Amino acid sequence: MRHSTSSRKAVDNSSVTVSGLFKMCAHCERLCKKEIGIRIPRPLGQGPSRFIPETKILQVSKVDSKTQVIFEDTFSTLGRLDNISLVMGFHPQYLESFLKTQHYLLQMDGPLPLDHRHYIGIMAAARHQCSYLVNLHVDDFLQVGGNPKWLNGLEGAPQKLQSLGELNKILAHRPWLITKEHIEHLLKAEDHSWSLAELIHAVVLLTHYHSLASFTFGCGINPEIHCEGGHTFRPPSVSNYCVCDLANGNSSLDEMQSNQLVTDTSCEVEALMEKMKQLQECRDEEEASQEEMATRFEREKTESMLVASTEEEESAPTRDVSRHFEDPSYGYKDFSRRGEHVPTFRAQDYTWEDHGYSLVNRLYPDFGQLLDEKFQIAYNLTYNTMAMHRDVDTSMLRRAIWNYIHCMFGIRYDDYDYGEINQLLDRSFKVYIKTMVCSPEKTTKRMYDSFWRQFEHSEKVHVNLLLMEARMQAELLYALRAITRYMT
Amino acid sequence: MEKMARVTTALGSNAVSGRTMFCHLDAPSNAISVCRDAAQVVVAGRNIFKIYAIEEDQFVEKLNLRVGRKPSLNFSCADVMWHQMDENLLATAATNGAVVTWNLGKPCRNKQDQLFTEHKRTVNKVCFHPTEVYMLLSGSQDGYMKCFDLRKKESVSTFSGQSESVRDVQFSIRDYFTFAASFENGNVQLWDIRRPDRYERMFTAHNGPVFCCDWHPDDRGWLATGGRDKMVKVWDMTTNKAKEIYCVQTIASVARVKWRPERKYHLATCSMMVDHNIYVWDVRRPYIPFATFEEHKDVTTGIVWRHLHDPGFLLSGSKDSTLYQHMFKDATRPVDKANPEGLCFGLFGDLAFAAKESLMSGDSNRKPYGGGDRRYPIFFFKKPDPTEQFANVSSVLNVYETEMENNRMDWFVKTAKLYLLSGKPFAELCDHNAKVAKDLKRPQVSTTWTMLRIMYSDPGNPGVNHGISKVGAIPVMNSFNMKDITVGLGSESRLDRSKGENRPDNIHLDLTNSLMNNNDENEETEGSEGPADYLFGEADLDDDDLYTMEHDNPTEDAEYVLPQEAFPLRHEIVDNPSAPEHLQDKADSPHVSGNEAETVSLTPIESFSLISIAHPQYDSNLSPSFFSPVVHEILQYYAEQGDVQMAVSMLIVLGDRIRKEIDELTQEHLYTSYVDLLQRFELWNVSNEVIKLSTCSAINCLNQASTTLHINCSNCKRPMSNKGWICDRCHQCASICAVCHHVVKGLFVWCQGCSHGGHLEHIMKWLRTKSQCPAGCGHLCEYT
Repeated sequence: MRHSTSSRKAVDNSSVTVSGLFKMCAHCERLCKKEIGIRIPRPLGQGPSRFIPETKILQVSKVDSKTQVIFEDTFSTLGRLDNISLVMGFHPQYLESFLKTQHYLLQMDGPLPLDHRHYIGIMAAARHQCSYLVNLHVDDFLQVGGNPKWLNGLEGAPQKLQSLGELNKILAHRPWLITKEHIEHLLKAEDHSWSLAELIHAVVLLTHYHSLASFTFGCGINPEIHCEGGHTFRPPSVSNYCVCDLANGNSSLDEMQSNQLVTDTSCEVEALMEKMKQLQECRDEEEASQEEMATRFEREKTESMLVASTEEEESAPTRDVSRHFEDPSYGYKDFSRRGEHVPTFRAQDYTWEDHGYSLVNRLYPDFGQLLDEKFQIAYNLTYNTMAMHRDVDTSMLRRAIWNYIHCMFGIRYDDYDYGEINQLLDRSFKVYIKTMVCSPEKTTKRMYDSFWRQFEHSEKVHVNLLLMEARMQAELLYALRAITRYMT
Repeated sequence: MEKMARVTTALGSNAVSGRTMFCHLDAPSNAISVCRDAAQVVVAGRNIFKIYAIEEDQFVEKLNLRVGRKPSLNFSCADVMWHQMDENLLATAATNGAVVTWNLGKPCRNKQDQLFTEHKRTVNKVCFHPTEVYMLLSGSQDGYMKCFDLRKKESVSTFSGQSESVRDVQFSIRDYFTFAASFENGNVQLWDIRRPDRYERMFTAHNGPVFCCDWHPDDRGWLATGGRDKMVKVWDMTTNKAKEIYCVQTIASVARVKWRPERKYHLATCSMMVDHNIYVWDVRRPYIPFATFEEHKDVTTGIVWRHLHDPGFLLSGSKDSTLYQHMFKDATRPVDKANPEGLCFGLFGDLAFAAKESLMSGDSNRKPYGGGDRRYPIFFFKKPDPTEQFANVSSVLNVYETEMENNRMDWFVKTAKLYLLSGKPFAELCDHNAKVAKDLKRPQVSTTWTMLRIMYSDPGNPGVNHGISKVGAIPVMNSFNMKDITVGLGSESRLDRSKGENRPDNIHLDLTNSLMNNNDENEETEGSEGPADYLFGEADLDDDDLYTMEHDNPTEDAEYVLPQEAFPLRHEIVDNPSAPEHLQDKADSPHVSGNEAETVSLTPIESFSLISIAHPQYDSNLSPSFFSPVVHEILQYYAEQGDVQMAVSMLIVLGDRIRKEIDELTQEHLYTSYVDLLQRFELWNVSNEVIKLSTCSAINCLNQASTTLHINCSNCKRPMSNKGWICDRCHQCASICAVCHHVVKGLFVWCQGCSHGGHLEHIMKWLRTKSQCPAGCGHLCEYT
């Protein structure tokens, strides 16, 4: 925490004179061009993430051998080591599985052609206005020989991909509305119909990139140096901060607030641990009635609606991301609203392990296995630590987070007492989760900083992984259930 | 015999009868279980918990156990079991982790008896002890199994599987103390009920979750397991190490498995996803289900044999909200639909063919194979009921040996190697290929090539002129053959002879004879094009057809004649552009003279007269698309003849000239078959060239799939898993260029003699000037 504060001071200073700086650098830039003729790009952000100070992130030179090998692999297969991998490097075990899955998804044998895969990735990321992922995949798309015309917007793409837009939209924001009619519509189109295998591949891609967009925003991933917004041509003498960096909610006000709060919340971790202990102990004694359990789920569901992000900042995507998707007004709408009632998804009736896996593996061989491993690693990942405490069983906390996300998508576990969520997750954490999962583009540094103040950055990244995987699974379950219904 | 006696008494006491029938439930069911007397069945699901009486021809709802205005989650059942000793006792496993017992003897409406809420997660399975009245076992998602004594308020012992979750628990029917538990991580554990601290044994049964297990009702050692990996396995547990004795591969993950009573080798399975049928397998014949029940419209969730000693009735519940009673005699037998026929090629082209004896009788040519009948002769020894076993099929195995000379594909290999498909002007390619075909004694193919060149070449091109001059000696023959090329191969071979050799006269005089010879030759060289005789007959017929057709369409005919004749009198062409009325007049003459040419000997005068007749019809601007239909037909003809090589070669050489005429799918088809053939003959280079030259995207991408090349590190000899140039284990760069001493990351070429090498370019450059190895080892490397 202390580290991050000190580095933020620098931001404060620079923000004061920002307007002057900017003018000057435009000037300098012109000078540069005139005199040398070559513009040397410099990284804009500091390190891979806006939220996590560079010093806290593993340095490539200092990581242990296992992570080193993984990083080398990534570099050799992708030709780059992107910021996402660097941040995930906190959790090498997960990173390995993640990269393997992503590699299989994008590069290995599969029903969809390579350019389609990247284009679907762009579509999915654009849904959340995640310019980072869009830029990355626009480059990849062109590299595998994609038609540049497609990048002008969905209208430029083949009819087949256009028809996927609707599914993309629903899946990203309100997956519970997916019905077998949507699937049928895609599979039964005359000329541009999808095959089941292709559809599964596309669905996996969409969910993967929706959730990855969540992670990107949740961890404040900085643009890559070669992408738009990732570099500047200003000479190094001028400040390293760019306009967009400042626009992303790092106002000095936040800092002062959080500085004050640090002292109040020093006992936060202890309180949380105490609660977990209590729950563990009294679980056997106190028996909530079934009605009580049901209402608790409902309450958690409705409460998740109230937990709305208070900050209504508009983030400005660098590349014109919006042209990749239609209907920008379509966003997350709370699961159960008065008026329209969608039946609750009973987790036990359609589980990933039993049903989802079988379906995916049947239509997209071997991939079910990879996904299964990834989900399991994410769900079971633990170091038995909480902030400064060692040997803590965090399974309860992890389960609460996982189930809370599924709860927001209307998935209910019969065997879970949703009262636990209320006990374990405090409001600022819920705000963060909700924002990140439902409208990740609104995530700000303040949100990131204000939850779990004493926890390590690696633990916050861990939370982000959990959120990402839980979200992906929730979306997948809805999509796969619809496909199953179509098939029967 | 002793067992038989018991069966009869069991059946005698309460005879089970009925028919295939079903009833609608209000909600999807998760599990079903039958009462001991086989007269009632309980159906449990998330929103249903009912008891039905099984009557002669219908199900009758007896009791709804889901009472109360707001049913609690305790009613949401994942599993249900009816006690096999006490017919008033039921147990259910609830999705919220509760284990509930029900006593039907209770006077009030709510029959709930005991409630155990010790499990933290969903309970997947409950199981009563087969002989002990008060003992109940449960297995839950939280990884624990608990044993309850129904006389007490809480569990008597807890077994920890040390694993994610328990999917099934089953008491052994024979061993009083033993039960089996199957786990989500693929393991199966055996426990002794008296020792809750540690399992007796554990083994990995499946890859992925084991959804179900079932003890064999008679054989104490046999346990059947079914898993997400789509397998059903039968384990022999009597030995020290659990031994897999049978394995059945199904088409979907296996949700339930139940041994069939009174049939030692039969078991029923249903699947978790996608597949809605219930299969009964004979584990010894794992490839085809013994019987199938196809009634359900959604996945089957519960199956149970109605009576402990009656193999004829199966009950099943499903997600489609129906409850079925299946009669075994009504089951479909997939084996009846299967063709007991097999076909296989041997290494040297021998063909083995097995078929039903009845089909093969009367075939004088066969020599029955001495292998004998390899089925299970003492199968169902006790009950020789014909409906209860696999139909006996006695089949005959025939082996056809090929004579080496007859079926040689040498021509194919040679042609593939020698053909030029690109890299030269069109006309030269055609000439080259024609020559290749001729050398291989395939005159028809050769002529086709010549023809193609003539059709599509620009007459102004000097290369073409040169080509024509070679053929030009007998223009009449050419003109005649042009007509026939689309139809058959007879006349072309004639052309070839007359053109190729310097003895036109006797051939034409002895026309029939030469045709016959040709026929023989064809059979020899092109084994696959066997029915050459047939074609010759056809060609004659088609000749007639052609005439009539040409009368209707004289212009089309003219164009056949034109190009080659144009040559000797080329200057005239320019002077006399085609006149339509002229054309009409002379339209028929080519065939007339052609016919003459065929019957009468060929004289120079005649041929010249022909030319003069024909030339005015020539139009130097004749568009190549004119020929497209003809060429299309040629292509089709070759493809149908099985000479896909010719078809594809034409396609490639002609390129854009013909491509749009033929639909993508056909092209793709042709390409795939040719590439497949080439690869069988290990003509990798040619196949790659074809793939590269093809314009179908589906074919082109063949070369982009599975392009991985596995290599070992040169230092530690271990496989290099992720990068080609640095080894994970010994952290050394494996491939260093001997010239520049840098790591080679692209193409690496090395000498097979001294195994030194480096960048392709560097080595090329080095060896251009020197002959020794650049590494200084003194080896005289060769670079070719």
